[in-house]
Amino acid sequence: MTEASESLKTTPLHSLHLELKGKMVPFAGYDMPVQYPLGILKEHQHTRAKAGLFDVSHMGQVRLTGDDPAAALESLVPGDIKGLARGRMRYTLFLNEQGGILDDLMVTNAGDHLFLVVNAARKDHDVAHMRERLKGKAEVELLDDLALMALQGPEAAAVLGRFIPEAATMKFMSYLPATFNGIPVVITRSGYTGEDGYEISCDKSDAEAIARALLAEEEVEAIGLGARDSLRLEAGLCLYGHDIDETTTPVEAGLEWALSKRRREEGGFPGYGIIKDQLANGAPRRRVGLQPEGRQPAREHTDVCDADGQKIGEVTSGGFGPTASAPVAMGYVDRAHAAVGTPVQLMIRGKPLAAKVAAMPFVPQRYYRG
Amino acid sequence: MTIKYTKDHEWVRVEGDVGTVGVSDHAQHQLGDVVFVELPDVGRQLAQGKEAAVVESVKAASDVFAPVSGEVIEANADLENDPSLVNAGAETTGWFFKLRLSNPAELDALMDEAAYKAFVEGQA
Repeated sequence: MTEASESLKTTPLHSLHLELKGKMVPFAGYDMPVQYPLGILKEHQHTRAKAGLFDVSHMGQVRLTGDDPAAALESLVPGDIKGLARGRMRYTLFLNEQGGILDDLMVTNAGDHLFLVVNAARKDHDVAHMRERLKGKAEVELLDDLALMALQGPEAAAVLGRFIPEAATMKFMSYLPATFNGIPVVITRSGYTGEDGYEISCDKSDAEAIARALLAEEEVEAIGLGARDSLRLEAGLCLYGHDIDETTTPVEAGLEWALSKRRREEGGFPGYGIIKDQLANGAPRRRVGLQPEGRQPAREHTDVCDADGQKIGEVTSGGFGPTASAPVAMGYVDRAHAAVGTPVQLMIRGKPLAAKVAAMPFVPQRYYRG
Repeated sequence: MTIKYTKDHEWVRVEGDVGTVGVSDHAQHQLGDVVFVELPDVGRQLAQGKEAAVVESVKAASDVFAPVSGEVIEANADLENDPSLVNAGAETTGWFFKLRLSNPAELDALMDEAAYKAFVEGQA
């Protein structure tokens, strides 16, 4: 073992990843599998065809309690948290005073508390941020005794339904405490692939037993971070630190759908003035899909130019979409060039590659709609 | 016919003054699924150890360096339609380009098959 890997944290499934011959890489301070012997391309295709199991235990799971944790959290995010029914969840954003995005997260109304899932690289920041800003209003507990797995793909419901019958009929973006082979778990019908699927939270000591039981089902393969990235990119979903960060607002990022109606009218979240103005008058730049011609992928930080060669933006995520069977990318462009179909040039190794602004997602989302 | 390897995991097979160049089977395993290959134009002069081609896997782009100096005389058109040939036959059908060697003495600095095998095992 190298010195670098000794300083990395591991998840409760680390020894299973090694047993499955995962190719381990550092990610957000953790030693994580980027792929298994199947390879990124086949792992991606398997998830879209059947079901894939992802270890996402590096992500932060947080419990928020207090007299009214929803009201408290609304002071930091633009989502309607107070209106979230018990057992339902919502995607929202921590914002700074400039309307920049400090992190993106999932919030669930778990009845006596709010259950948050935040990005691995931001969890320490987010916990400190909430403890400082919500002092006296809510208690913030990082649940680092928990593991988190995602089971994603069109067969995910059939597979999980064998262990948890109620799982198969759960609504999209809902939450259910349940037992899996007698083990207490909390499941949500959600994910990061554009497919139907679940996230399964459990005590870290139970994670391996659950993972092994799921992997023993014939539809399920272990999937690494490489395919997780290509799946979410095809689905048009943002990766924090790449497609969204402290310098991008929700309007620039095309995440207006995460700005709940009541909150747009009432405000009361950081950056409201800027966001309200951008909602009314447009943002100076927009996150868009980019579809290169041919087969050459355009990677992150590739310059986007107009027909005259003037720089109008930059790629923030890009690669090859195995299901799209074509290169796919997203990035920011000046608002004048943001319309779908606008021809642009991507500057790759000094040469222009013809591309178009494209609608996202690149492959249709197939969430469960009951 | 001689086949020689570089420390950057390219190979060159020499017949007369023509060298056929590709990446090693070890390299294709490391790269993973290849989705695009950018090949040098015919007529381009390549210098030993300098950038010659780019291979893109699902995850990342990697440079391919010229194992020896020379003029490109052919690029493997099959890779344009089916880049996965690099995975299926890195040291056979997945070759990248052919060049006319301008300084065959450069081959002496490269590894033969046995030395390359030992080099890869030493890296693992």
